[in-house]
Amino acid sequence: MSQFLPEAFLPYLPDTIQIIYLIATFFFIRGLKLLNSPATARKGNQFAALGMFIGIVVTLFDQQIISFEWIIAGILIGGLIGAVLAKKVAMTAMPELVAVFNGFGGGASALVAWGEFSRLVDPTTMTPDSLVTTGLGIFIGSLTFTGSFIAFGKLKGFISGNAITFPGLNVINIGSMIGVLVLIGFFTVDPTNQTIFWIILGLSLLIGITSVIPIGGADMPVVISLLNSYSGIAASMAGFVIGNNLLIISGALVGAAGLILTNIMCKAMNRSLTNVIFGAFGGDSGGGSGADTGDKSVRETTAEDLAIQVGYASKVVIVPGYGLAVAQAQHVLKEVAGKLEERGVQVKYGIHPVAGRMPGHMNVLLAEADVPYDQLLDMDQINPEFKTTDVVLVIGANDVVNPVAKTEPGSPIYGMPILNVDEAKRTIVFKRSLSPGYAGIDNPLFYAEKNQMFFGDAKKSLQALNEALNDV
Amino acid sequence: MSALIFSLFIFVLACFIGFELISKVPPTLHTPLMSGANAISGITIVGALIVAGHSGTDSQISQIIGFVAIVFATINVVGGFMVTDRMLEMFKKKEDEK
Repeated sequence: MSQFLPEAFLPYLPDTIQIIYLIATFFFIRGLKLLNSPATARKGNQFAALGMFIGIVVTLFDQQIISFEWIIAGILIGGLIGAVLAKKVAMTAMPELVAVFNGFGGGASALVAWGEFSRLVDPTTMTPDSLVTTGLGIFIGSLTFTGSFIAFGKLKGFISGNAITFPGLNVINIGSMIGVLVLIGFFTVDPTNQTIFWIILGLSLLIGITSVIPIGGADMPVVISLLNSYSGIAASMAGFVIGNNLLIISGALVGAAGLILTNIMCKAMNRSLTNVIFGAFGGDSGGGSGADTGDKSVRETTAEDLAIQVGYASKVVIVPGYGLAVAQAQHVLKEVAGKLEERGVQVKYGIHPVAGRMPGHMNVLLAEADVPYDQLLDMDQINPEFKTTDVVLVIGANDVVNPVAKTEPGSPIYGMPILNVDEAKRTIVFKRSLSPGYAGIDNPLFYAEKNQMFFGDAKKSLQALNEALNDV
Repeated sequence: MSALIFSLFIFVLACFIGFELISKVPPTLHTPLMSGANAISGITIVGALIVAGHSGTDSQISQIIGFVAIVFATINVVGGFMVTDRMLEMFKKKEDEK
């Protein structure tokens, strides 16, 4: 679009574009800063979107760009698909959607590196460092692409959520990664060798698949965060290839964000990143270690009895898990909480960092049901409060309240920080059955003297409680 | 100083800014943060525009690659920002309720 500009301005165009890129960077950084508080977060996202818009528009004035058919078609198609996906998705399916977007982002970065390489008639004119970054861009972008779609498949249930693995898979994965890096070295020396190029591409795509496949369903929040980080780094690499600071900076910001979230998720599960990647732990059917539910007895409760317990309590804490969202029970829950508050009961929600399927997922699901965010307390805030809590309602959560994590050093979840619901005067667990959770470990909380079980579908149980509360 | 080294400085400094910016985000906002950051990583669309809009090559291959890259990146950008907005719209404080 540079032809629309006055001739005299053209010599200044490249610098002007760079200055405007700097402004776009400012919007990204400001936007991320505003995302630090729920009150300003929406504005922050709009700031970032504005930065993106500025970045795209100014790029169209780049004198290298002379044909627009492909660009217009691409933006229309991509924009339509993106908009439809964003409008249609259910909040419970947010992790899947983020995985998909992530995959497309990574794929785009790989394609940019590839396209830039292929548009040069003679690749030998490329400097060794731009060849290295091209290779790395293709590598990271491609593995983000396939890895994200495998993660999507696992979350969606197309691919088993169990850890699919076989002996030697880790060795193959590490070997392939080293192989790709060595090949990128060869590629730098001889960029005209097509075979090397294709092997790098193929192997990178394959690594994305084989490195996510063995990771168990319970670890998906970590994987999504990590892939998010990769997609940022891939964008940065694409920036190195085309020599664009806007891409380098934005990609680095995203890479850092993903890494921080990955770290938070690992800490919340007391696992190291290496253990998540190579450990092949946990699945969605929970076929894990000896659940001897045999001769232990549990106390059951009814809706009417429970209504009296919570109706006359002074403080109730609700601990929601993904099971709540699966049962679509958040709205009924909100009604129950509303009735309790009307009666003067103090109601709070305690959210474990890995509740849900991605970092902060449960908060979004409750926000959808209009639960105000200042009632949602994270683990460090809620744990000191359990001692003064009359009743804790554990709904659809299991492993995150399992005291085994504190008491049994032999347990796979030992050391994982949990919500100390057992410190409350009474706990009520809403559950379909006594089956173990994601990690496949039996939960002694169920058999504790202070605990009562309320068996059944979370939504139906809450509806019953909601009605029973009218008569208390 | 070569272009690569210069870029590397920028990359590393930007990583530090990223860590500083994001390490204090409360857990409540982790999902929107991730999807918002994800949308920002769609900035690679700028590279895709250059690859697709460039001509002067004998082959159309790079233009087609660029086209696919634009589609992918636009899905990422448009979808990412829109869905983040949709989520953040739902976050309300207690006082806002009527």
